[in-house]
Parts: sequence; structure tokens; C-alpha cells
Amino acid sequence: MSVLSPFLIALLTALLSGFARGRALLAINLGGGVALLLSALGLLREVNAAGRLSVALGNWPLPYAIEFAADGLSAALVVLIALVALAVTLYQSNWRELPASRGLYPLQHAMVAASVAVCLAADLFNLYVWFELLLMSLLGLLVLGGKARHHEAAFKYFVLSMLGTLLMLAAVGLIHGATGHLNFSALRIAAHDPALSEALRVYVGLLFAAFLLKAGAFPLFAWLPAAYHTLPAPQLALAGGLLTKITVYVLLRLSGQVFDAAFLLDALGWLAVITMLSGVLGAAYHWDLRRILAFHIISQIGYLLLGVALASQAATVATGFFLFHNLLVKANLFLIAGLMWAQAGHYDLRRIGGLYPAQVLLALLFLLNAFALVGVPPSSGFWGKYLLIAESFRQERFVWGGIALATGVLTLYSMIKIWLEGFWKPLPALAEGSRRTPVASGLKSAYAAVIALSLVIVWMGVYPEPLIAFLSTHSADFWSMP
Amino acid sequence: MSLILMLAISLTVSAGVWLLLSRDLFRVVLGLAVLGGAVNLIVFMSGRPSSLIPPVIPTDADALVAGFANPLPQALVLTAIVIGFALLCFALVLAARVSRDHAHSDVKQQQAAEPQQSGETLYKPAVLEDVQ
Repeated sequence: MSVLSPFLIALLTALLSGFARGRALLAINLGGGVALLLSALGLLREVNAAGRLSVALGNWPLPYAIEFAADGLSAALVVLIALVALAVTLYQSNWRELPASRGLYPLQHAMVAASVAVCLAADLFNLYVWFELLLMSLLGLLVLGGKARHHEAAFKYFVLSMLGTLLMLAAVGLIHGATGHLNFSALRIAAHDPALSEALRVYVGLLFAAFLLKAGAFPLFAWLPAAYHTLPAPQLALAGGLLTKITVYVLLRLSGQVFDAAFLLDALGWLAVITMLSGVLGAAYHWDLRRILAFHIISQIGYLLLGVALASQAATVATGFFLFHNLLVKANLFLIAGLMWAQAGHYDLRRIGGLYPAQVLLALLFLLNAFALVGVPPSSGFWGKYLLIAESFRQERFVWGGIALATGVLTLYSMIKIWLEGFWKPLPALAEGSRRTPVASGLKSAYAAVIALSLVIVWMGVYPEPLIAFLSTHSADFWSMP
Repeated sequence: MSLILMLAISLTVSAGVWLLLSRDLFRVVLGLAVLGGAVNLIVFMSGRPSSLIPPVIPTDADALVAGFANPLPQALVLTAIVIGFALLCFALVLAARVSRDHAHSDVKQQQAAEPQQSGETLYKPAVLEDVQ
């Protein structure tokens, strides 16, 4: 039951937050967030003590029941999702420019609930259902903005994401037809049957193509920069930090523990490095903070896909560490971008400036998180990239490792551009049509959320060993034949 | 039977993809609906609908005969139909709203969320992206 409790708490918060207003709403949001974090920590502690926990819905016998399972990787991911969700809820408790709709918080908590369920699902079709619910909740959040650009962004996101979903559903149906199973553990045994391997290659390839579309991999990432930037900062942090990362987690689990994906690892590695480069070059072109950070999501997904493509236990540890680091740092960077907007008046870097003398704390927080993203030692990004690149050099994939290092330099360029344009240069004269919002007084909770997440990121960077050891023990059966 | 089903699936996928690539918003949504129907047929086909062996254990055996007709994919297809239908309804309303925003339903002219295609260099602060 403790496997399901984080998901049920998030669902309950989603339901209750639709009926409350004002202070009661704030209490439900924060209380639900704290309860989610506590139940996730409890689940992590149980998994650490007892190993993989699983619950079969309806108590049906296992290969045929719908199973929810938590092992070390998914329990830790649920804790991080809960942490980011609580931080975002704290951040937006006084935030202006949120859509004034009763549906905002239910949709947001539903997105968190669906993310938690994706991490805990151990059944292929159930995974499809939770991905659909993620799609629906993000669609709802996108259209709440109400203007033309929100509707267009939602439409573009819908079409491309629905295409990915249909590919996934087709692949799930075909895999079920070929193997007769949907449960991950049963598929693990059935998928390594040599008689099925030829047919399954096509189906597994189709499934991975669908997940690559949803993760934002190279040719299929157009929906991300088209849609994400229309969201207000708190929802953008949640969407940008969570959705693509849990898709990569699903890819990691399916390739490492369920299917025999060895035939596509080479192609996946090349796709990963092209994704890295195209993401960071796209970020270098833009001037709107949200667009820049949205392209950086794509580039970091490239790193994660490289980790999946390296296909060893050490690579799984590296990918898991990078996943956790990236989830926190991307969400925090979007929250910081929101704070920059609140205190400078615009998201466009050409219109703002002078934030360093004006807001020293914000400048410090930005530098901390930007260096964590780039991978300057001793940040969490440094350890994540070091583990990944060391593993790729150990496997003699020198081109991949070299491109990963080059992308780090380009990421540094992009972060320095944000620093120079947004913080260092003096404030430009008021341009036509720009709007200065007054320095708001309700930003204390926002700063508190960003500082809390930054502390976790710093801790991960200064003290990475427990997390690496944890990941090593809990990824022992990845990439090993059953 | 199975051959007819495969032909139907391939025709439906072709129709769906053709519609998806069209220029009109509503045709794109219709293309997604048709493609969803094709994918539902694929999942349905995974249940061996051409098999004549019922999913019932015979009285003198203790396991199902291999190659039985599997009823589980029909439950999967029902779920997929319901989800697809809900999303189709939402998409139609969204397409109606988008076409009302612009007084046309042309996919190529949906540029409100894109940076300006002005061809200007990046260093001219006078021409800026989305004026919020």
C-alpha cells in the first residue's frame, strides 16, 4: 500500500484543490505537497530496507495483474518529483499572472499524480494510460492562458504528442500480441526468448521511437519549443522539469530491464549526440529566457539518452544521477527565470538588464544553478557529466564523449549570455510596448522555494557519494540477461 | 479474415497520415482520429481474432490451448477508444477556438507562439519577439 500512497495523496490533493478558495486552497496545496513528500520519503525508506516493493491491483496473480512497483530508482525519482512539486506550490502561493481558473491547481496536481504513477507503473498498458493523463493535464494547463498563442501552442503540442501516443499504443498492442504479456517482469522473460527476437525488434523500435518523441529527441522535438514557453513560470518549471525526464526514466527501465534493446543502442547514441548539439545551438540563437531554457531541456535530454545508449550498469548509475540532478536544476532555472521576469519586467534578454546590482541574491542563485547545469565542479552537474563521459570513454566511444564535452562549452556560452544580458549589462532604456511590473512584495515564498531547491542541488554536488552508492546498489540487475 | 483486417489497417493508417499532413486544422484533428482508429484496430488484431479456439480451458486439460483467441486486447481497445474520444472532443473545441482566434483554419499561418519571421538580425533591439 505504501507503493500507491504517494499517487493517492497527489490525486486527493488534485480533487480537493478544485473545491477550495483562498486560504483553504493554499493550505490544501501546501499540505498536500508536504504529505506527498513525506509519503515519498517513507516509500524510499521502505525500499531501501526491503528491496523492490510491488502491489498487484485486485490481488490477482502476478503476471496478469496490473502491478505498481517501486525499486530504488523509481522511489528516489518519486521523492524528487514530490520535492519539485512542493517547491513549485510554495513558489506560486503569491504569484501574479496565474490564470484565474478553478481548474489550475487540480490540473497541476493531476500532472504531478500522473508523473508519480508513470514512475511506479510496472505494466506496459498502464504506462500508456498514465502518459495519456499527463498529456491531458498539460493540455489543460496550456489552454488556461486563454490567448491566441496559448491555443496555438496547445494545438501544436496536442498533435505531436498524440502522434507519439498513438505510436506507443500501436507498439504496446503489437508487443502484447507477440509475447502475450504486459507486465514488465513477465516481458523481461518473454522478450529474451530467441524465437521472438526478430519480430520484437520492430515492435520495440516502434515503442522506443514513441518514447523518443515524448522525451524530445532529435528529429521529433519540435513540440517542446513550440509549446512550453507559453506557460507561466511555475507550471513551466513543473512541466519542463518533470515530463521529459520521466520519459527518459521509462526508456532507461525498458531498455535496461525489460527488452533486449541492444540492436538500437548505436543509433540511439548518435541520436543522443545530435540532440545535445541541436538543443544547445537552438538555445544559443534565442533571446527569450523561456525559449532558451526550453532548448536546454532538449540538450540535457541528449545527455540522458547518451547514458541510456551506453548500456552498462555504470552508465545506468550515471544516467540516474544525471536524471536527478537535471530534474532539480532545470526546474530551478525556470523558477529563477520567473523571478527575473517578476523583478525586471520581461522575459526577453534584450529588454532587461542590471539585475546583478539590483538583486544580488537572485544573481547568486542564478550563478549557482547555471554552473550546476554547465557542470562546473563541485556541482551536481559536474559529477553527472563526469560519470557519463568517463563511461563513454571507457567504452571507447570517443566521438560521443567529445561531443558531450563540446556541448558543455556551448551550454556555458548560453548561460554566460543570460548572465551578461540579464544581470551584468545596465538596464536599457524603456522600449516601445514594454511593461515594467513593480518589484513585487509577494516574492518571499518564491525565493524560499528557489533557495530550498538550490540547497538540495548544492548538497548533491558537494556530497554525491551516498547517491552514487544508492544508485549502484539499486541498479545491479540493469543490463544483465535474466 | 486476418488479411482483410490488415488491409483495412493499412488503408486507415494511410488515410490518417494523409489527413494529418493537410493544411486545414480540422482535417488534422480528423487525421488523428482516423489514425487512432487504425491503432485501435492494431491492438485489436493482437488478440488473434482469426483464431477459432475459445479462451476456455477444456474439461480434460488444465491449461489453455495455445493460439486461443485472447479477449484482453478488447479491454485495452476500449480504454484506448475512451481516451481517444475524450481527446478528440477536446481537440475539436481547441481547433474551433484557434480558427476563431484568427478567422481562418490554416495550419501554416499559426504563428502567434513563434518568434517573428522578420529576417532581422539578432542585435536590433527594435524588433523583438513576442510582445507580451
